[in-house]
Amino acid sequence: MTTAREFTLAELVICAAAEAWRGGGEVLATGIGPLPRIAAGLAKLTFAPEIMMTDGEAYLVEQPVPLGTPRAERPAPAGWMPYSRVFNNVWSGRRHAMVTPVQIDRWAQGNISALGDPKKPKVQLLGVRGFPGNSISHRNSMFVPHHSTRTFVEGEVDVVASVGYGDKRWPDGKKRQVDIGIVVTNLCVMDFKGPDDAARVISLHPGVTFDEVQAATGFPLLLRDAVATTPIPTDEQLSIIETLDPKGVRTSVIKGNPPGLRAA
Amino acid sequence: MNKELSLRAVVDQLRDGMTIGIGGWGPRRKPMALIREILRSDLKDLTIVAYGGPDVGMLCAAGKAKRLIYGFVSLDFIPIEPFFRKSREAGGIEANELDEGLLVLGLEAAGQRLPFLPTRVGLGSDVMAFNPEFRLVRSPYDDGETLLAMPAIELDVALLHTTRADRLGNTQSDGPDPYFDALFARASKQCFVTTEELVDRMDLSYPDTVKSNLFERCLVTGVVEAPLGAHPTAAHDLYGWDAEHLKEYAELARQDDGWTTYFEKYVAGDEAGYVERVGGRERVAGLALPAM
Repeated sequence: MTTAREFTLAELVICAAAEAWRGGGEVLATGIGPLPRIAAGLAKLTFAPEIMMTDGEAYLVEQPVPLGTPRAERPAPAGWMPYSRVFNNVWSGRRHAMVTPVQIDRWAQGNISALGDPKKPKVQLLGVRGFPGNSISHRNSMFVPHHSTRTFVEGEVDVVASVGYGDKRWPDGKKRQVDIGIVVTNLCVMDFKGPDDAARVISLHPGVTFDEVQAATGFPLLLRDAVATTPIPTDEQLSIIETLDPKGVRTSVIKGNPPGLRAA
Repeated sequence: MNKELSLRAVVDQLRDGMTIGIGGWGPRRKPMALIREILRSDLKDLTIVAYGGPDVGMLCAAGKAKRLIYGFVSLDFIPIEPFFRKSREAGGIEANELDEGLLVLGLEAAGQRLPFLPTRVGLGSDVMAFNPEFRLVRSPYDDGETLLAMPAIELDVALLHTTRADRLGNTQSDGPDPYFDALFARASKQCFVTTEELVDRMDLSYPDTVKSNLFERCLVTGVVEAPLGAHPTAAHDLYGWDAEHLKEYAELARQDDGWTTYFEKYVAGDEAGYVERVGGRERVAGLALPAM
């Protein structure tokens, strides 16, 4: 599928991220941050009408709320989703969030809490927020705007906020069921479905090589046998993205807002 | 029965070392008039339990808080509360960081007078390192699953902000989300609420909005009338958070004596003059609720 229109890397990433929610059933889709949120809206308006979304506050909506919509212009609510119900939904497992950890390790553990010693952090970040409960309860995907060894760290993350496939942290040494969806970055799409839950690249964005991805990752990656090139957006997808982000917040997420096809 | 109190009378009932839960959510519906009265007092060594916003940041900055039990501390549009960040990076505060949902379970356990509630939340994560006193429990049923026994978070006092209250202790809280104010009320030995409007009898004044009553009056120890008392946080559906004020506050957190500057400019003096100091009644009442 090709398009005559020009598109940015952010738009390509949004389309790739939307795939996280394909075939996942009637779950609450929570995209945290502008690109994941647009991606969830794109999924709902194209191939996944069954997913549930909130307006970012306390209501469920059937029409995704465009970024920056004034309060008075928000779509009418279809249901009520205060935080108490969000936690009940999380614990029931009927949710799929896409989040952006500051650090991710080879075990798919994520950190948004702090850098350095948690007792006296070098940098206080957000705290663990809902990550421990989310990650042990439902599927989580990730979005990383700048793929680097600072994000994909060599050792373990400084603070384990979201749990992963490591086995040393579990009571009785008994690893729990953890469900990582996809990891979408500015370079590629990955998952943790290699042998022994190893990270692997499943598609490379146009013009990106595996060696480039590996060099930007602090732990070894596998390359899926049938590695693909990440599909480029269709005209329909680009139009929908424009309606979901009329003010162009997406242009400021990936550094330099590069085009989707690298200059040769 | 008349539960009306002054801000000062509430703070006079607080003691050094108490565990104090604060309702609201980040920069929303915080009982800031009471927090400021605490800042003006000589209380110290408090343990603060909250989904924190500027309430927690200010109590850290003023050296009132010794220990924090929190789901997060955030101003939302400024993701990390600036004075909380400063205190944490200085290593000056004991931090029992929790998953947001674990705080719900800890308060629920306390409200139900249970020692703990079982959950998977926290297992495998560094919540266990932040809270070394946490213990595990094994399911007595055939599954035998090992779970976290989330201990009850018992509060000496809960402080909440409400939209309306009567002198009997009936309250109503408007807005799209009740947050967890009811759990704070239930988990506490004494609960004090501030309110935008105090009436004699809710059944005579506001019977049609009774579904916004979040908890029963036997949980309420005292009621303080404090119009605009949530400023600089939002009080649905009356006024939004004060982004301009909070930006100045955040900017001051970068300075060595920034807290003293903030305190002298806005908090010092009495609460009666506070609204004038932050721009007057008309300005605060006109603050727009945030877009999402």
